[in-house]
Amino acid sequence: MASASTDRPAGTSSGPGRILVAVYAIFAVAACSRSAVQIATEFDHARLAYLLSAFAAVVYVVATVALTRPGVHWHRVAVAACTTELAGVLAVGTASVLDSSAFPDQAVWSTYGGGYLFIPVVLPVLGLAWLRRTAPRPDGTTTADAPPAPTA
Amino acid sequence: MIDGLAAASIICALLVGAACLLQTWRDRPVGVGLLAGTGATELVLLAQVVGAVVEISRGQRADQPAVFVLYLIGSVAALPAGVWWSLGERTRWGSAVLSVACVAVAIIVVRLGQVWEGTGG
Repeated sequence: MASASTDRPAGTSSGPGRILVAVYAIFAVAACSRSAVQIATEFDHARLAYLLSAFAAVVYVVATVALTRPGVHWHRVAVAACTTELAGVLAVGTASVLDSSAFPDQAVWSTYGGGYLFIPVVLPVLGLAWLRRTAPRPDGTTTADAPPAPTA
Repeated sequence: MIDGLAAASIICALLVGAACLLQTWRDRPVGVGLLAGTGATELVLLAQVVGAVVEISRGQRADQPAVFVLYLIGSVAALPAGVWWSLGERTRWGSAVLSVACVAVAIIVVRLGQVWEGTGG
């Protein structure tokens, strides 16, 4: 874990990023356990919804890990995970609204994450905004190191 | 599942969570007061686990036993994990992280009650 993080340039898991990592970690644990139970006990009840929940769980785990790791490589992985998450929650959300019979049980991303206070649709937007702000530059600093732009 | 303990843990978690948000707003890191509050909340949650184990051993069953046990584990794991992650950065954001953990605990305990009663997903 990041010790003496105050001396380092702002990474994706420091400052407000720590909240982001915490919320992603909660969703990773919640989605993993939920989909594991669903697939183990009642898979035939709603196969599509449960497989999508499992996919969402994997995306949350990847995003959580990538957000806590420094470097250009992990930054790209984090952007890819958040983008996949945003596309997934929009696609699954729309599909579940149009054809609710395909989703007899709640998946993490059905109705745009409505069963989870709509956090699943807000989280990737905040994640991508934060990743954009902390994007590594060629000179080793991040955009977050620059003085904040004056708000008009 | 003991209703009194559930209510107590939700109230404790929300109070500590509110105190964490206050510290975030005041630009303060997590201090001894917040850690004590978190510890007290954790004790209530542990008492709930003991209560639930006693009731299950007496033959009571949750509607979805596996889900109930997972929520029970989550209810006592969330605060230690939150404290660990918040102490990694002794700034206002550490306090904010602890508030997230507290809200998560409150939600977990509500879900715990729903699974025990067999209401809700």
